[in-house]
Amino acid sequence: MNNVPIEYYLILSAFMFAVGTAGVLIRRNAIVVFMCIELMLNSANLTLVAFSSYLGLAAGQVFVFFVMTVAAAEAAVGLAIIIAIFRNKSTVNIDEIHIFKW
Amino acid sequence: MINYIYLTVLLPLVGFLINGIFGKKIKNEKLTGIIGSSAVGLSFIIVLISFFQTLALPVEERSHTVELFTWINAGGLNIKVAYLVDQLSLVMALIVTGVGFLIHVYSIGYMHGDKSFWRFFAYLNLFIFAMMNLILSDNFVLLFLGWEGVGLCSYLLIGFWYDRKFEKGTTSQAAKKAFVVNRIGDFGFLLGMFLIFLTFDSLNFHEVFTKAELFPISEKVYGFIALFLFIGAAGKSAQIPLFVWLPDAMAGPTPVSALIHAATMVTAGVYMVARCSILFASAPAILTVIAVIGLLTAFFAATIGLVQNDIKKVLAYSTVSQLGYMFLALGVGAFSAGIFHLMTHAFFKALLFLGAGSVIHAMHDRQDIQQYGGLKKYMPKTFITFFIAALAISGFPGLSGFFSKDEILWYAYSHGSVLMWITGVATALMTAFYMFRLVFLTFYGKERFSHDVHPHESPSVMTVPLMILAVLSVIGGYIGIPVIFSGEGGNHFEHWLAPIFSSAERRLENYGAHSHFEELLLMFISVAAALGSIYFAYYVYTRRPGIAVTVSGKFKGLYKTLVNKYYVDEVYESVIVQPIQKVSERFLWKFADNKIIDGAVNGSAYIIEKLGEVIRLFQNGFTQFYALIMMLGIAIALFWIILSL
Repeated sequence: MNNVPIEYYLILSAFMFAVGTAGVLIRRNAIVVFMCIELMLNSANLTLVAFSSYLGLAAGQVFVFFVMTVAAAEAAVGLAIIIAIFRNKSTVNIDEIHIFKW
Repeated sequence: MINYIYLTVLLPLVGFLINGIFGKKIKNEKLTGIIGSSAVGLSFIIVLISFFQTLALPVEERSHTVELFTWINAGGLNIKVAYLVDQLSLVMALIVTGVGFLIHVYSIGYMHGDKSFWRFFAYLNLFIFAMMNLILSDNFVLLFLGWEGVGLCSYLLIGFWYDRKFEKGTTSQAAKKAFVVNRIGDFGFLLGMFLIFLTFDSLNFHEVFTKAELFPISEKVYGFIALFLFIGAAGKSAQIPLFVWLPDAMAGPTPVSALIHAATMVTAGVYMVARCSILFASAPAILTVIAVIGLLTAFFAATIGLVQNDIKKVLAYSTVSQLGYMFLALGVGAFSAGIFHLMTHAFFKALLFLGAGSVIHAMHDRQDIQQYGGLKKYMPKTFITFFIAALAISGFPGLSGFFSKDEILWYAYSHGSVLMWITGVATALMTAFYMFRLVFLTFYGKERFSHDVHPHESPSVMTVPLMILAVLSVIGGYIGIPVIFSGEGGNHFEHWLAPIFSSAERRLENYGAHSHFEELLLMFISVAAALGSIYFAYYVYTRRPGIAVTVSGKFKGLYKTLVNKYYVDEVYESVIVQPIQKVSERFLWKFADNKIIDGAVNGSAYIIEKLGEVIRLFQNGFTQFYALIMMLGIAIALFWIILSL
């Protein structure tokens, strides 16, 4: 493990993050958007773990647990919201759910 | 009883509260009148007892301070509600409660049947409360409270018949005028008070006057203090240039004119100057100004009084003129003579007003003396008392006005100048003339009123106060007989007040001695002038009624100027009122308020609105658009951070 250079992890993480961001900005399906957000979170997790190992500090890994916990909670709430929206609007296309505007 | 002096302040307040709160429910004129009058009557008794107790004390112990509670305590400023009972305040309190009581009783008859009878008595009692605070106060602040209080009551009572017309406007306009003109004076008084506190670190009479007596302070400071205080006095006591409100104050009911605008409130300025005599004596230049202004006021008001046809207007100008006399006395340093004239004037001028009220009452609210005539036989009591008062004010020998007015004239000559004396005598001459013009036009000659008017004598609730005041007008002068008639120390009034003014008189330089012969000669001249002009009035208005018309026709310009009161009102209107109105309307209202202030308020709202119109375009509801913006934000922030590394 130690002989994998840190740059590889960072490049992979940046790639994952870019994919996630593109997904959030482009995809219309709320669930896909949601999954993309998870992807972004996990890319950040990967960076944290990589640096934790590289620097030999435990703090990064502790952080990751926090992020995973929050992500789990967020998934629960987020999916519940999406289900609620689907029940009302019979769609999960976020372009059709633009009710917060002037 | 001296320690209970605060009751004299409290009782009228209680009367005011009872009549003011329950008056509408009492619905009983007699009860309302009795409550109002007895509050003042009891006060008078307390003052009278205190007076005799003080009289029994040795001279050094005649000044008492009755402390009630601390009113204001902030930093170096400590104001107590405390009443000063000394020779001067007792004289004033006797006048205010005594004359006030008689006028209260008179009002029961005069205001009979008025729809707000109770309100009238409530205001009168409130006035006495404020006036007692004014004269009994032992510091400037409490005095100022009373000062403003009497101004308020004056305003309320001038506009008492708020639904009536008065001359070209309404009574409320007259009331407003009185209030506003008084504010100008009050402004001066306030400045004077600030300067006193700055100079002496205190507003307590005793402390201020002691410091003024002991410590040398520049004459300039004294000059400004005296000037500011005099502006206040000029406003309240209707002196040039602030006298214009008093004639208009006649819009109020006649007892009000008698009580407030003749006997008591308008003399507050005289009292205040006398009280602060040491401050004024330290500024001789201002003292001269006071004498000159007093003299001019006396003279010009008397000339206006010569031609007025409204019975109350004549008396109003006469009051202004007599107040001028008092200020003349103060200005030449004869403080006790000024207070003496204040007292005798309170008697006979209150009597004149109440007599006029009785006539107006009989003539169904007609006030034009050209429409009176021959009333002597219809109302003998009113006639006799009015006649006595007219004699007293004219300075008929032996009556109160003779003693007080001649004392002032004598001091004007001996402490002032010959010119002052001549002007004073000319004023006295005119006073006698217009008073007897009033008497002859009202009570003598042909009846000029229409047939549907049936004059009748007033009820005794009105005539008895007239008689008491008539007695006072006759004997009131004998407590102040000049030294030439009574010998050394025979002037009891001056003797009584001497301790109050001693420090001021010490500060004023000594005047040269004059012989008694001179005094007698001058007295003889002024009496002869008064008697001559009484006869002249008799000749003009009863023997040859045509003369007055011919003369006024001959001197048309002068006559018109006098009838129009030297156009002072018009001049003030165009020089002061109109410009202020124009500036207020065109600059302050239409420009400063509408454009600048409203512009700033409306402008900020307008900017926010326009800004919002642009910004709200970003709020399109598309989640991904928001996300994009967020991303861009983060990207920019990152760039920023990276660039600044």
